[in-house]
Amino acid sequence: MQFIHPIQEIVRTGVFICHCGSNIAGIVDCRSLTKYCLTLPGVVHATDNLYTCSEAGIRQIMEAIKNNDLNRVVVASCSPRTHQPLFQSACKEAGLNPYLFEMVNIREQCSWVHAKDLEGANKKSRDLVRMGVAKASFLKPMIEIESSLVPAALVIGGGVAGLSAATAMAGMGLRVFLVEKEPQPGGLLNNLYSLASEYQQPCVHHLSEPEYQSSCTLQHFSSEHQSSVRHYIDDLIKQTETNPDITVYTSSQILSVTGYIGNFEFIAKRDIKRDAVQNNIEHVAVQNRSQDIVARNNVIAKADIESYLKENTERIRQKVGCIIVATGAVPYQPDKEFGYNGSTVITQMELERSFLDNTFKSDRVVMIQCVGSRTSGREYCSKICCMTAVKNAMVIKQKKPDSEIHILYRDMQMYGVENEKMLWDARGAGIRFYVYNEKEPPVVENGVVGFYDPLMGEFKQISCDLTVLSTPLTPSKESGCLAKIMKLPVDHDGFFLEAHAKLRPLDFSADGIFVCGSARYPATSMEARAEGLGAASRAASVLFRERLVKSAIVAKIDSETCVMCEDCLKICPFEAITRNPEKMVCQINPILCKGCGCCAAACPSQSVTLAGFEHQQLFAQIRAIN
Amino acid sequence: MDVGRHPNIRLLAFSELESLEGELGNFDITIRKKARYVDENRCTGCGECAEKCPTTLMDPFNLGFGESKAVYRYFAQGIPSAYTIDAANCRHLQPGKKCGICAKVCQAKAVDYTQKDQIINLNAGAVVVATGYDLFDASRICEYGYGRIEDVITSLELERLLSASGPTGGHLYRPSVLAMKKGLAVLEKRRDRLKKRLDKSTEFTRVRAEHNNKSDFTRFRTENNNKSDKNNSSKSEKKNNDKSEKSAAQILEYEKIAAEYEKIAAEYEKIEAECEKVADKIEKSSHARRIAFIQCVGSRDIRFNRHCSTFCCMHSIKEAMIAIEHDKESEVSVFGMDIRAVGKGFEQYRNRGQKQSGIRFVRSRVAEITQTEDGCPVLWYEETMDRKVKSLTVDLAVLATACQPSRGSEVLAGILGVEINESGYFRSGTLQPQDTTREGVFICGCAKGPADIPESVAQASGAAARAAQALLQQIGQPV
Ligand SMILES: Cc1cc2nc3c(=O)[nH]c(=O)nc-3n(C[C@H](O)[C@H](O)[C@H](O)COP(=O)(O)OP(=O)(O)OC[C@H]3O[C@@H](n4cnc5c(N)ncnc54)[C@H](O)[C@@H]3O)c2cc1C
Ligand code: SF4
Ligand code: SF4
Ligand code: SF4
Ligand code: SF4
Ligand code: SF4
Repeated sequence: MQFIHPIQEIVRTGVFICHCGSNIAGIVDCRSLTKYCLTLPGVVHATDNLYTCSEAGIRQIMEAIKNNDLNRVVVASCSPRTHQPLFQSACKEAGLNPYLFEMVNIREQCSWVHAKDLEGANKKSRDLVRMGVAKASFLKPMIEIESSLVPAALVIGGGVAGLSAATAMAGMGLRVFLVEKEPQPGGLLNNLYSLASEYQQPCVHHLSEPEYQSSCTLQHFSSEHQSSVRHYIDDLIKQTETNPDITVYTSSQILSVTGYIGNFEFIAKRDIKRDAVQNNIEHVAVQNRSQDIVARNNVIAKADIESYLKENTERIRQKVGCIIVATGAVPYQPDKEFGYNGSTVITQMELERSFLDNTFKSDRVVMIQCVGSRTSGREYCSKICCMTAVKNAMVIKQKKPDSEIHILYRDMQMYGVENEKMLWDARGAGIRFYVYNEKEPPVVENGVVGFYDPLMGEFKQISCDLTVLSTPLTPSKESGCLAKIMKLPVDHDGFFLEAHAKLRPLDFSADGIFVCGSARYPATSMEARAEGLGAASRAASVLFRERLVKSAIVAKIDSETCVMCEDCLKICPFEAITRNPEKMVCQINPILCKGCGCCAAACPSQSVTLAGFEHQQLFAQIRAIN
Repeated sequence: MDVGRHPNIRLLAFSELESLEGELGNFDITIRKKARYVDENRCTGCGECAEKCPTTLMDPFNLGFGESKAVYRYFAQGIPSAYTIDAANCRHLQPGKKCGICAKVCQAKAVDYTQKDQIINLNAGAVVVATGYDLFDASRICEYGYGRIEDVITSLELERLLSASGPTGGHLYRPSVLAMKKGLAVLEKRRDRLKKRLDKSTEFTRVRAEHNNKSDFTRFRTENNNKSDKNNSSKSEKKNNDKSEKSAAQILEYEKIAAEYEKIAAEYEKIEAECEKVADKIEKSSHARRIAFIQCVGSRDIRFNRHCSTFCCMHSIKEAMIAIEHDKESEVSVFGMDIRAVGKGFEQYRNRGQKQSGIRFVRSRVAEITQTEDGCPVLWYEETMDRKVKSLTVDLAVLATACQPSRGSEVLAGILGVEINESGYFRSGTLQPQDTTREGVFICGCAKGPADIPESVAQASGAAARAAQALLQQIGQPV
């Protein structure tokens, strides 16, 4: 049977039926379905394959296109989500416009859901394929949308994650703008005394000794080791600030971000007053720091004080192709939980501070884990606070070998190689661990911590001169504001939400925007660094392209019939639609449009057409139902 | 699949690194591409060869729950889709035996028994190591009875059992039941064979009955003979005599056969009864309802690995939830010292598992697994929260086996010229987590230490960034 397309073209459709091993063929009779296809209008070729997505299956499609002069291809297999791009690229390779491809789902929609109804499943598979073939006849060739791009990136947040991303991208020769809200980059690491992560390296003095010798373990926390955090972060900052390809805007906040992948424009506000004053104070306070850092601060301070005389704030406006969000997180500040008072009952952060200031002098310390985390309201585990507690306990032991340290925990989250080793060594060093039950939390009163110890089956009281509360990292207020400004999604806990938790951990679902470090979820400094580098690589894979190409499946508004009711504008989840008050219509930015089709469904005057899902195509599909 | 079709990526499957010389920006790499005895460019992946291959082996991808042949594909959607002959098990490639069936059936003429390992030389600017991990061999912990008690399995085996595309189509059968099913299938085959012979015996009984009606039978025979012997009627009398003698002998013969058939009938009945019994047993206990997960098997254990494998707590919870989804009445317990649900959304997931799905978390390290008389695993443990030694009988015990450095890491490290750390993983810089001890060689994923999927993915991008950065800086004039 010949089928003539409205534009006077003889439709030659090839249908490929996939067995998916036994996933489909176990239920649907693929052989007879294939025979059935040959009876459909326009179909000139039909075969079934064991696995259409396998190399062999793809080759068959390409050969069939060439040998049979196909101008439409229909694959009946799984969800288009997984393999449509693959099949389309096969069409393209074989010289067929990829938009002349149609996919029919007979796995999820047929064999899986109707596994218990053989007859029904087979009938439905015929219906679906017939509909797909009908739609395919009306498909039109289309060309992908191309756009230019600016080979520069914006990094928001100057913690380890942001600094790592910035230096990595600059190292690849890309232009980078780094916006940091504080007068100093460095993030949380500025406030830490030592890093647990260093623990993975064998102590240089003890390399030859057998592993896990506790004699060497405490050395990791001596002052010489401690200074390396400072070196580490200062080094990163220096690399960033001395790199000519990186511009660092400190004391700055993002005001607005517009545009789309390849062509973003951001506006930031820089508080010069704060920057100058803070950096000047810093300069005095950090006399004991390495020489060049002092020098650096001097330069900034002088320059900024001068400009401060002129004006207080400065506006920054730049164009970039990609954006990396690295705004980190802040430790939860307890209110009065567990008797928090900031002097005898403090947080881990304040403990680190007291190490740095050399004001730490306690002998008997109790640490309480999960303060403000893993409870209702803040359900997540912050992942880093167990490690921090053990690390700081080791620091105290190193400072005062006779001190008594008790850690009250629910689960010791010492995952991985280094952490577990540190936990092991902490036990060896005499640090005591007690499990407590969430329902019977410890009570801190007048320097005595009381709790029920289920392992001994008794109530215990430990007197101490310092109680340290391990509080989780929480999303900062600024991150929340940024999410609103940039219209980025956040999860239940307020952390930024990535496109796919497992497979695309560093991407946002909006193209060209990436996330890394504690902004995504509490991360150790090493994890934050790895993610920062990772985000840099994700952004670079966009920025190194000459121009951007995107799917032609986008919506378009017919300005003749649009009545500017704005229904489409309100419903578009990707902010792709804007008003055009002059013409009194709405219009769609094809670069931002993701082709979801919401607007086309919403429009009361049927002014919206979604390419690849045009009315004619859909009606053909619907009419083929019976 | 994306990798297989990317124009800038050349994938060398079934290959091993032989040597690495040179430095960042200019590495000379030698790779041994192992002979697969099938021409990759010709093989269409049709599977005819495997269908006809007479050698049946345990399927390594389905971990012994399914079967594969000596010519195989590791898993169906692999790249390349070409088949490979397992030289150690192929009848043709082993001395003395001649088979050659696959070469005959292959339409594409892709089978090539003479194929040799190939040496490939490459030049690259940087190297990324992503050799992943191996799982701990659970049979090393003899008190858990893995390999001895059929219903003690590893997490990976459970994943295959739960997988819809796996050997049981996603039903959670107990392995012992699966074994019984296999046994049943063998019995049924025997039964059916006997049945066929018995069917023949009814035909025989009919013939014999006629025979017993002797005169009729003789007449029938004689008449028949007369017809055929018309032209030599002189001999016919003698022949008739012969006939009766013969038929006497035949009677004896028939009686013998009849006795044999009776024996067969008896055996048939016996086997049928046995089949019914096994089927009944399968019916009663086919699905695993009571399931226990045992954490830290080979991890956090001074005898094997001291490290925590990071992801096993989470995958046990996931598997537990899936098992409960399959069967709402499942009773699932997870035995662990700490439950390390550390990652985005993990604690919430664990809480959901506990509160909604009813997973019971027991703070304990299981000491031993024994067996009841009817084969169920029994866990012995101290429930530390109330300081009592208890036992629990289950249908299925699942061991969360440790993540270990992959086999051959040491050799590979030698070839690459990089160090490994005291846990056996590739050593990375403290402050440069994606760098190894050799410039230009980068690392990511579980080759560096246990990591879950999102972390591995992030690290992979990170390693790529380091490599790109190093190379672009080397070239001196970035694009
Ligand atoms: C008490 C404690 C101890 C720790 N100990 C260790 C340890 O021993 N080892 C270890 O590996 N890790 C440790 N950590 C974790 C470590 O601090 C974090 O992993 C690391 O700081 C995360 O880096 P980041 O870049 O993601 O975030 P951050 O360090 O939080 O940096 C984010 C940066 O973004 C800036 N920013 C935020 N919002 C905006 C905005 N809207 N616009 C512009 N800029 C913005 C912030 O000012 C900050 O500079 C510890 C954490 C705590 C709380
Ligand atoms: S194309 Fe889809 S349905 Fe076919 S084998 Fe691949 S995954 Fe299975
Ligand atoms: S890391 Fe430890 S202290 Fe922090 S939330 Fe998790 S269990 Fe609690
Ligand atoms: S198709 Fe979707 S993304 Fe595109 S304009 Fe319409 S609603 Fe927005
Ligand atoms: S919904 Fe239709 S009519 Fe209304 S503004 Fe959008 S395109 Fe115009
Ligand atoms: S992740 Fe859980 S089961 Fe795995 S080793 Fe760590 S604590 Fe044990």
